[in-house]
Amino acid sequence: MNPPRPRPRLDQENTAFWTGGAQGHLNIVKCGDCGQYTHPPRLICRHCQSENIAPDAVAGTGVIDTFTINHQPWAKGLEVPFVIARVALDGVAGVYLTTNIVNCPVDAVAFGDAVKVVFEEQDGVFYPLFEKVA
Amino acid sequence: MASKEAYITGVGQSEVGVRLPRHPLLLTLDAAKEAIAEAGLTFDQIDGVFSFPGKSHGYLAFSPVGTDEIIEALGIKSKWQMGGLEQPAQLSAIGMAAWAVKQGICRHVLCFRTVYEAGGMADPAQYMPARSETVSGASQWTSPFWATSAACWTAQYAARHVHKYGLTRQQLGQIAVNGSKNAMLNPRARAITKEELTLDKYMDARMISTPLCLYDCDRFSDASTVIIVSAGDALDEIKCEPIRIAAMSGSVDRYSWDQVEWPAAYDAGRDLWTRTDYTPADVDTAQFYDGFAFLPITWLEGLGFCEKGEGGQFIEGGTRIARDGQLPLNTAGGQLGAGRLHGFGFAHEAVTQLRGQAGERQIAGDPRVAVATSGGGPLAAALLLTKD
Repeated sequence: MNPPRPRPRLDQENTAFWTGGAQGHLNIVKCGDCGQYTHPPRLICRHCQSENIAPDAVAGTGVIDTFTINHQPWAKGLEVPFVIARVALDGVAGVYLTTNIVNCPVDAVAFGDAVKVVFEEQDGVFYPLFEKVA
Repeated sequence: MASKEAYITGVGQSEVGVRLPRHPLLLTLDAAKEAIAEAGLTFDQIDGVFSFPGKSHGYLAFSPVGTDEIIEALGIKSKWQMGGLEQPAQLSAIGMAAWAVKQGICRHVLCFRTVYEAGGMADPAQYMPARSETVSGASQWTSPFWATSAACWTAQYAARHVHKYGLTRQQLGQIAVNGSKNAMLNPRARAITKEELTLDKYMDARMISTPLCLYDCDRFSDASTVIIVSAGDALDEIKCEPIRIAAMSGSVDRYSWDQVEWPAAYDAGRDLWTRTDYTPADVDTAQFYDGFAFLPITWLEGLGFCEKGEGGQFIEGGTRIARDGQLPLNTAGGQLGAGRLHGFGFAHEAVTQLRGQAGERQIAGDPRVAVATSGGGPLAAALLLTKD
């Protein structure tokens, strides 16, 4: 049994991201003026500095940009090995998420694999993990 | 009166060890005394103290000593002091000191980096971070997925290199093997490296985070390194051979390990050569930050010693980066061989080699140009050091 995941401290910038999973949404901040996305979430658009921004529920699919199979138990009781990946989100240019690839053997993961989000809830925080698209 | 040039004059280093009983402030003073004595200065001639990152009150093992404590302990009258994490990597503290002397604000600046990460583990209550219920800042984007170590972040850049350019473990292993070989000739590294690492042993080592194995990760150590930066118009006050800071560069695009396409070493590397007439072909020795063995590859490519993607081929077989090779790399052992001195060790060794004072590990000929770098992922700083 894995230990609890480190829990992000929720604030004005990040709450929509970490709790969007309650509605099944992967929320990424989108600019209402220039249409571009900002991640990590901020209070202004990093492309045009507009304050007209809001969390946008994106498709939640993407591809594995790069990944590592982690063998080191960084916390007591952490089960290894597991995959840490950087997922490039579909339709959200330039935004990557560090995440875990779950529900498949670690050696089944490859560069460019199509993946989709699955949420793991822990005390009201919805961690966006990804699994391979069948 | 502003001076046109900045020089590294005195350099000093404490004992390097694992779980040293000596207090980190005293280690810092050991290194400071050595550096100041070498420069031929007295404490009262030091008028600035710069550090990366300054005292880290929440994590004293990482950075246990503040600039104010050095000012106090040495009885210095400082005209400018600076410490802080918000700099482009460790060697930027030396870069800032160079600016201070060029501006005429200071004449002799004491720069230091003290680490106590091994010793801190012996006394975690005093030195290690208090357990927090939550993560915030940049770590909230990695720690929840158990990417809690920079090893996991660096591994993803390294894995992409393996996938895209065919970097092999045998090639990567040359960085660790080379560091170990050089460390065996470095008296200060003997507490860290007791026997030479062979490529076979490297290949058999357990994985940490693919493709990085145990020997691709530097080891916590306890030590302090001090570098004195002096103004060009104050060189008549010093006794040692001055080494010029011929160019410097730093880069932070976004302070994020997962939103940047290429490590900042590529930007900082390119920029360095826009500020000097020297070229990579002039470099006699390279001291590249190797907190993880993959990072020197980003510097080799970023600084233009080879094309992007060809770092693995450059180090193939290890002959090019050996002490008698085309580009002697990490001649004191680097952090893999000589301990996690966290950046400053590279400037120390560059100066030592340029002065011909590296003893058994001294490279042949008359090295005149060295490059020292620090950083990984989104932050990077580089110094070009010359004997002219």
